[in-house]
Amino acid sequence: MKDTLILAIESSCDETAASVVKNGRTILSNVISSQIELHKLYGGVVPEIASRKHIEKVNQVIEEALKEADVTLDDLDAIGVTYGPGLVGALLVGVAEAKAIAYAKKLPLVGVHHIEGHVSANYIEHPDLEPPFLCLIVSGGHTHLVIVKDYGEFEILGRTRDDAAGEAFDKVARAIGLGYPGGPKIDKLSKEGNPDAIVFPRAKIGDCPYDFSFSGVKSAVLNYINQAQMKGEEVNRADLAASFQKAVVDVLVEHTMLAAKDYKMNKIAIAGGVASNGTLRAAMEKACAERGYTFYRPSPIFCTDNAAMIGVAAYYEYIKGTRHGWDLNAVPNLKLGER
Amino acid sequence: MKILGLDSSGIVASVAVVEDDVLVAEYTVNYKKTHSQTLLPMLDEIVKMTELDLESIDAIAVAAGPGSFTGLRIGSATAKGLGLALKKPLVAIPTVEGLAYNLYDTPGLICPIMDARRKQVYTGVYRFKEHKLEVVEDQMAVPMEEMIAKLNAYGQSVTFLGDGVPVFRELIEEKLEVPYSFAPAHVNKQRASAVAALGLLYYREGKTETAMEHVPDYLRVSQAERERAEREAAKAEIKA
Repeated sequence: MKDTLILAIESSCDETAASVVKNGRTILSNVISSQIELHKLYGGVVPEIASRKHIEKVNQVIEEALKEADVTLDDLDAIGVTYGPGLVGALLVGVAEAKAIAYAKKLPLVGVHHIEGHVSANYIEHPDLEPPFLCLIVSGGHTHLVIVKDYGEFEILGRTRDDAAGEAFDKVARAIGLGYPGGPKIDKLSKEGNPDAIVFPRAKIGDCPYDFSFSGVKSAVLNYINQAQMKGEEVNRADLAASFQKAVVDVLVEHTMLAAKDYKMNKIAIAGGVASNGTLRAAMEKACAERGYTFYRPSPIFCTDNAAMIGVAAYYEYIKGTRHGWDLNAVPNLKLGER
Repeated sequence: MKILGLDSSGIVASVAVVEDDVLVAEYTVNYKKTHSQTLLPMLDEIVKMTELDLESIDAIAVAAGPGSFTGLRIGSATAKGLGLALKKPLVAIPTVEGLAYNLYDTPGLICPIMDARRKQVYTGVYRFKEHKLEVVEDQMAVPMEEMIAKLNAYGQSVTFLGDGVPVFRELIEEKLEVPYSFAPAHVNKQRASAVAALGLLYYREGKTETAMEHVPDYLRVSQAERERAEREAAKAEIKA
């Protein structure tokens, strides 16, 4: 059977990325141009700066991805592109670029949901993984607990009521002077701290046991710092980071395990930027092992925003027949499962 | 010589194909729909209607700024994607210059004005000399009062065009001391035909860039960068 080759483009936030994916599972190239250093100056992603950087880098990233994969545009079967959710100006660069390339080369265009991409990152290194499975999606903008019923078919069991998990990491990191991005920095500092030093609240949502809330734990951390400052006490930042992280990870793991039990799922996956958090990975692995579940997680390079995962998701949409028109627009608040 | 022109720098979305001294097709829409939804379908319509083989194009000319930041990027990314896929060069046309080219051989000065918000306009001053467009004042972002003062100093008649006209018409009528007129509907907004026709001249002069090199010229830094620079300047002042 002839191979199916897809060029995928991702520009939803602060990474400009392109990738060539073969048959939905084999990554021929995965080029990522990160803008993180640029946004550090501002303590977070500045949408206009991100958009400007995307337009500067997008062609270079695509050309590199093609070259690394040793293919030309003539070898491709389709173009996949993230069209939401994300920053509208950033998304538009990838969408306009992808549409123009697909149009000029007379290739089918497949718009991809960014979060569907994150979930699909799990297929890259786990050839045996197929739906259905339970997936916890945690990133700077998203916290979702979903059943992946089929490729591109989701049942959302839980979501955050306020801050995304990664957002809470960023805010706490800023409060203790670690800077942006918060996740990796808290993860690193936590290794030197005692996770049981301070007990922070674990929020429970009465009517939906799978939903999350992280604004409470974030406020508790900020209050703790304020009180220490008023008393003139030095805050042990490592203990604080470790205790905060444990509070978040405990809830993520607990809700995932509860959903696995209730829905009789024995395949558990994690996805999204926060899925590269060492403590979360270890805790989820342990919880799964104790219950005899199989645990799947992408390598950190596939947890961060990348185009390989978009290519994988695009492949499964492509074989299902999903096609987008030349009027495809960026949809900044695209809902999961929407097309 | 065949040039594809794109302009999505303002409210107007416009696509045109110019072959030597023939305008093969032009599609211009002044309607509030995002350029992301209109620009490529408009090109597709032209391709179908005129049985255009995109491979036969020599270069892609694009209105490269100033303008709406997002609009510019939609035009640029479209041009960059087409350029990459077709392996064709790009021609970056300064938006204000492209607007001025609408008024070929108009006597006196031509002053396009685009509403740039923050009480400014994107503008410039142009004239035709021996049938060639000459840049008198290169495109800039300034308060309209400043441009009016410049025009008063030149002491020549002026023709205005651009989406800034309705916004600043009263101010012009009040403050301008030289004879003036306003361009009519068919030539007072961005037209991709002007971008393509001017692009053809640029192309002949070798003023092209690769699809990879091309970036829009915003004429302005982002708000975050501006505010950061202001904070840094304030800090430096306190220290001094």
